[in-house]
Amino acid sequence: MQKEVNQSLAREFGLSAEEYGKVLEIMGRTPSLTELGVFSVMWSEHCSYKSSRVWLRQLPTKAPWVIHGPGENAGVVDIGDGLAAIFKMESHNHPSFIEPYQGAATGVGGILRDVFTMGARPIANLNALRFGSPNHPRTRRIVDGVVRGIGGYGNCVGVPTVGGEINFHPAYDGNPLVNAMTVGIAPKDRIFLSAAAGIGNPVVYVGSKTGRDGIHGATMASAEFGADSEEKRPTVQVGDPFTEKLLIEACLELMATDAIVAIQDMGAAGLTSSSVEMAAKGGVGIELDLNMVPARETGMTAYEFMLSESQERMLMVLRPDRESVARAIFEKWDLDFAIIGHITDTGRIVVRHNGVVEADIPLAPLNDEAPLYTRPTTETPKGEKLNPARVESRVGLASALQTLVGCPDLCSRAWVWDQYDSTVGGQTVKRPGAADAAVVKLEGLKRALALTTDCTPRYCAADPETGGRQAVAEAWRNLTAVGARPLAITDNLNFGNPEKPEIMGQFAAAIRGMAAACEALDFPVVSGNVSLYNETERRAILPTPAIGGLGVLDDAAQAVGLALPPWLDIVLIGATTGWLGQSLWLREIAGREDGAPPPVDLVAERTNGDFVRAQILAGHVRACHDVSDGGILVALAEMAMASGIGLRISTHPRDIPGHAYWFGEDQARYLLAVPDSIAMVKAAEAAGVPALRIAVSGGQDLTLPDGSTISVQALRDSHERFFPAWMDGETKKD
Amino acid sequence: MKAGIVVFPGINRERDMAIALEQSSGAKPRMIWHQETDLSGLDLVVIPGGFSFGDYLRCGAMAAQSPVMASIRAHADRGGYILGVCNGFQILTEAGILPGALLRNAALRFLSMDCHLRVERSDTVFTARYQKGQTFRAVMAHGDGNYFADDATLDRLEGQGLVALRYASPQGNIPLGNIPLGNIPQGDVTKDANRNGSARSIAGIYTPNLRVLGLMPHPEDLVDPLMGSTDGKPLFDALAAA
Amino acid sequence: MKAIVTVMLKSGVLDPQGKAIAHALGTLGFTSVNDVRAGKIIELDLAETDPDKARAMAEDMARKLLANTVIESFRVSLDG
Repeated sequence: MQKEVNQSLAREFGLSAEEYGKVLEIMGRTPSLTELGVFSVMWSEHCSYKSSRVWLRQLPTKAPWVIHGPGENAGVVDIGDGLAAIFKMESHNHPSFIEPYQGAATGVGGILRDVFTMGARPIANLNALRFGSPNHPRTRRIVDGVVRGIGGYGNCVGVPTVGGEINFHPAYDGNPLVNAMTVGIAPKDRIFLSAAAGIGNPVVYVGSKTGRDGIHGATMASAEFGADSEEKRPTVQVGDPFTEKLLIEACLELMATDAIVAIQDMGAAGLTSSSVEMAAKGGVGIELDLNMVPARETGMTAYEFMLSESQERMLMVLRPDRESVARAIFEKWDLDFAIIGHITDTGRIVVRHNGVVEADIPLAPLNDEAPLYTRPTTETPKGEKLNPARVESRVGLASALQTLVGCPDLCSRAWVWDQYDSTVGGQTVKRPGAADAAVVKLEGLKRALALTTDCTPRYCAADPETGGRQAVAEAWRNLTAVGARPLAITDNLNFGNPEKPEIMGQFAAAIRGMAAACEALDFPVVSGNVSLYNETERRAILPTPAIGGLGVLDDAAQAVGLALPPWLDIVLIGATTGWLGQSLWLREIAGREDGAPPPVDLVAERTNGDFVRAQILAGHVRACHDVSDGGILVALAEMAMASGIGLRISTHPRDIPGHAYWFGEDQARYLLAVPDSIAMVKAAEAAGVPALRIAVSGGQDLTLPDGSTISVQALRDSHERFFPAWMDGETKKD
Repeated sequence: MKAGIVVFPGINRERDMAIALEQSSGAKPRMIWHQETDLSGLDLVVIPGGFSFGDYLRCGAMAAQSPVMASIRAHADRGGYILGVCNGFQILTEAGILPGALLRNAALRFLSMDCHLRVERSDTVFTARYQKGQTFRAVMAHGDGNYFADDATLDRLEGQGLVALRYASPQGNIPLGNIPLGNIPQGDVTKDANRNGSARSIAGIYTPNLRVLGLMPHPEDLVDPLMGSTDGKPLFDALAAA
Repeated sequence: MKAIVTVMLKSGVLDPQGKAIAHALGTLGFTSVNDVRAGKIIELDLAETDPDKARAMAEDMARKLLANTVIESFRVSLDG
């Protein structure tokens, strides 16, 4: 028997009393169980952005090169040569905590579909991962599963995983963040959108069959339960990358014809959100017959069909005269193809099952009257600026450097990258670790894309506005450091419970900071995703607005990496004040996590970056690395470790203590390896950019400013030790 | 040499292979869907890498049963040339065209990294542009590349000179035996060379007529200086010229 | 009729998965584990009702596809 629909069931479905009242008003009667399900998922935080929408409007989304900003399945920018890049980042945090392998794998699958839905062939995947403390008993298992899951899915579909970032912090102990990004390429005049059109046109379901996967916890508890309910209702979706690969090829083959009117993937809230959004965007109605939906299990109810989150499925509206063309393509690829309904002029979604109307909802109010909250905010108290002269250093430069390059947040990620196929496609110019941004060439062209993901959560926690600015600026800087022209970003805003004013305050401030940086750097937001309620036992994660940046190089051969060639001068670009607040040196060496994070001067950021890019494109730079976590000395060490070539490092200005100068994290800085430092410094001065020759490359050791020496090999040993040793411990202990 | 590339559902390095073949020969290879059976006019059939049929039962097991495989077997029987890379190598062993099998990597993890291959003989159509004993760089990207065959088969392969390529250090040294799990001494590059644990460090093998080559690593991903190396190009140049 | 095909690596073939499991069990304190082999089980739901014919059919399937007899051995059992 089905449960009675009333306010208490609505609450179980996650609707407030006020929201349920609105449902009654729209429907003019008590909704059916299926209708209540549709409202609850469409009005969920995930689908409606009800807490974040008012703030997201502040973000700049336009530029002459932006073809489609937020609102479509993914953002679209013009990259030249008649092509568009289509990209987005999306979170799969909670599923990755429950079942790390499948959670991460289906996260990759979902973001891939958002991109190829629009007509793009995916050419690169990236990710942004945050895990709990390495000492927490669950962290190792989660890292292992997430890395295997990302690799397992991405490697199989044949999309190279070319970049990403990983942080560890106890704030993520019960709530890891798995943010996956996909970038695809399409002819810019062949972009596919989701707005349904054409009264009477068939609505077509393709891909995998529907099962009872992922029907969420709250609703699970309310629907009818049999004795075998446990086995019947897995909440974890299982990914099938093989089917996804077929779906990519079949969709791209169909997209080369003129058969498709509209297309959308079935992501969160599956058939409900895809059908509702397609019809609502097109201003039409839609009628579905669930008996036509390919099912993997028997006895599924209308409610289950509408809410299932089975993976690897798409919904399309076709031109009626092209149905047989489309069917033939999907049959060739062994994928289900079923006409499950048609477009109407009623402005309603009507769902039939076994001849009974299970749902009949007017679409306009379902969308337009979706809740929108301006939740209360409180400002994050600001930390004080640390005076570097008052932060004592008990550890010498060499020893601090060796500790820093080996700490979990800075150590080599090779153990992770080595499990991701980064070369499939044959176009990967800069693989993970080779440069500040990944560089992927476009097949058959000189043009290349530069890609990066960035965020420094500890800055965001200390000062969300500065953290928001810094995340955007660092993405822009990393693209610049390979020589690319930054074009646009996608964002993945991971925060705690928005009903708490301090969390909503973090959110609002981070958006403010991001908006300022996007504006100043001509770096608009074209797509994104918000993930709220990232809390365990009432403790929130660090605010983590992860940024995925995309830039373009007209000629892939101009890209520079960070590996240091011998016998060059190293020039530091940008001003150094010795900013130790929230630095990794402060945390790892002094054992403190305090102070204000480094301010982000967007004018300096722009001036310095434009100068660096121009020098790279003019061919004056052999290697380039931005200065970020760990400061100048860590950045120099990273360049040295990448090639095995040593450095002789100059002394520093006397007015700043050595540890603050070398490990401070002032922003807007780069290291350039150049043959002619005199000319470089002169050019910088002319451009109003601070520049200083600080080192010479050669040999196999780093000679530090305090006279001490450490071999590149010793640094590498420290750098490469953590991950294999930590993960190997899993089979030995636990 | 006129080349065709076989595409099974789930194959994903067919484009890489087509680029490498076309770059050396100037001719676009013919793409062959796995349900086709007509290979007429082709001198070389290439089975590229990927995850055919998801590699769900065993890598290459389902593809080995595809309609095109009977034609490929006939092509081999008439002395036609076949190149199987990665999943292609796995498919050739599953089909019994090459001996042995590819097991899970010794460390039970997917391996995506550069490796070095030592050329064991240069008098074949595949290796004519390399020197015997030369090492070249290639990309490896596989979860199941741990070559296995019983000792008699391995001895036969060695005795008949059918080992095509071995994993080696950049200097050409070959690690002996399987790597003990998780116990690679630091800095020992020779021992590091055979990362997947293949028997006798075997990366690729021939049929007795030297016309079928199966190998795990991907020479096709290093044929352009922009990708960091052109070490794989001589293989395709040699095939194009043959 | 249900046929269950158990596929195992042959005894001469190194089984790193089994080894890893054995190692983990040992560190969990299960010290009496001498060896572990990991394999797979494939359930076949057959229309055939004659047990001999069903067994022969499943064995044929195992030889042709389900097991790679270069490295694996198999065993068929019938259920119901």
